[in-house]
Amino acid sequence: MDRAQVLDHLPGLRRYARMLTGDRWAADDLVQDTLERACRKWLLWRSGTDLRAWLFTLMHNLYLNQRRGAPPLQVLDPHDSTAADQLPAAATGHDTALDLERCLQRLPADQRAVLLLVTLEDMPYAEVAQVLQVPIGTVMSRLSRARSRMRDWMMDGATEAGSRPPRPAPTNSSLPALRRLK
Amino acid sequence: MNRSAPSPMDDDDDRLHALVDGHLPPDEADALRARLDADTLARQVDWQQQRDALRALHAGLSDADLPQDLRRAADQLQHRRDQQMLWRRWGGIAAGWLLAFGLGWGLHGNWSPSGDTGAPLAQATGTPLAFVRQAALAHAVFQPEQRHPVEVTAAQQEHLVQWLSKRLGRPLAVPVLAAEGFDLMGGRLLPGGAGARAQFMYQNAGGQRITLYVGAVDAAADAAGGRAAETAFRFNEEGPVGSFYWVDRGFGYALSGEMPRAALLALATAVHRQLVPD
Repeated sequence: MDRAQVLDHLPGLRRYARMLTGDRWAADDLVQDTLERACRKWLLWRSGTDLRAWLFTLMHNLYLNQRRGAPPLQVLDPHDSTAADQLPAAATGHDTALDLERCLQRLPADQRAVLLLVTLEDMPYAEVAQVLQVPIGTVMSRLSRARSRMRDWMMDGATEAGSRPPRPAPTNSSLPALRRLK
Repeated sequence: MNRSAPSPMDDDDDRLHALVDGHLPPDEADALRARLDADTLARQVDWQQQRDALRALHAGLSDADLPQDLRRAADQLQHRRDQQMLWRRWGGIAAGWLLAFGLGWGLHGNWSPSGDTGAPLAQATGTPLAFVRQAALAHAVFQPEQRHPVEVTAAQQEHLVQWLSKRLGRPLAVPVLAAEGFDLMGGRLLPGGAGARAQFMYQNAGGQRITLYVGAVDAAADAAGGRAAETAFRFNEEGPVGSFYWVDRGFGYALSGEMPRAALLALATAVHRQLVPD
C-alpha cells in the first residue's frame, strides 16, 4: 500500500504557502482551504498520481482563484515593525533573510511559484509543469527570470550604502502593509 | 526535457539550473562546471547561494506550531485517503456484500454451499464465511493505522477485557502470544453482521501485525454446516490477508495476518489452544 501520508506533506505545503503569499495567516488559510478542498475532491484523486503533486496543484488553483478579483498583493516592507514580527530571521542573518524574502515577494507570482517549488520542494521540472499546468518550457523560462531577477536585486542591495535593502516596489500607502486574505 | 526547438542559449540555462538544483549525475555536473566561463560560473555560484538561502528561510516552520484546524483537516483527508485505498483494494468484496443485501433474502438458499434452501438470508451476514470476510476487512482497515490502531490499549487490559466481554455478552479471554513473538497492542469494538464484534491486535518486534476477530456467528447457519465442522480450522484469503477461523459454541474466531499460511496456522493453533482447552 502506498504509505505517503498527508501529514508528511504538511510542512512543505505550509512553507510553500508562507513564501508564496508572504503572509503567515494567509498561508495557513490557504493550506486549510487546500486540505478541505482535497477532502471534497478526493474521489477525483486517482491512484498512481502523486499525492504531493495533487495537493500542490489544488493549492495552486486556489491561490489563483484568491488572487483573481483581489487587489494586487502588497509588498511587505521589512522596516514596518509589524512586518518585521512576521518575518523571523533565518540563521544566515537578519537583514539578508529579510532582503531575500522581500525580493521574493517582488517577483511576479507565477515566477515565485516556479522558484519555490523547484527550490523548496526539490520538485523535478516536469512535475512543476504538471502542478502549475504550464508547458515545461514555460517553467524553465520562469525559473531563469526568477533567479536572474533575484540575483540582480540582491546584488543591488549589497552594493547600496550600509545594510539597508533596496526600496520596495511602489505600494498603495492607503492600504495596510499586511492583509489577511479571505 | 521534451521541448520543441530549444535555442542553444536556453538549453545552456536549463543545464545550469539542473546543475544548481542537483539534478545532474556527478560526472556530468563536473564536466559542466569545467566548461563554464567566468560569467556563467559567477551566476551559478550566486544561484546556488540564492537556493541555499531560500531553503534556509522558514526552515523552522515545524509541526510544533501546527494550528489545530490544519491538523484536523489533514487527519480528515488522511482518513478519506485511507478509505479510498481500502475501497480500491476491497471493492470486490464490498460489491459482493452489496449484492448480497440487494438481491434479497430468497436467493440465499441457491448460493448456500450447504444447499439448505430454507435458510434465511439474515444469515448471509452471520455465516462463518461472512464472518471471516468481515474479519479480513477489519484487519485491512486497522492494521495499517499509525495513530489509532486500537481503541483501548493493552495497558488497560483488564478494562479492555471487561468492556468487550460485556458488549459481546460472553466472557472473553485474550490469548497470550508472547512465546510466538507477538505482544498485545489492545483492542476495539466493531459492528458485525450478527451483533458486536471485538478485534484484538498484536504486533511483533518487526512491526508486523495480526488481529484476532471475535463475535457471534449465526448458530443456525453453522448448524446447517454440521457440528463436525464446528471446531475445524478453516482458511480464507481476501487479497493479501489470510485468515484462519473456527466456530465454537456459536462464537466465531478469526486470526488474520499478511504472512505465509504456515506461519499464520502456527499462531492460530496457539490461539485456539488457549481459547478452547480440551
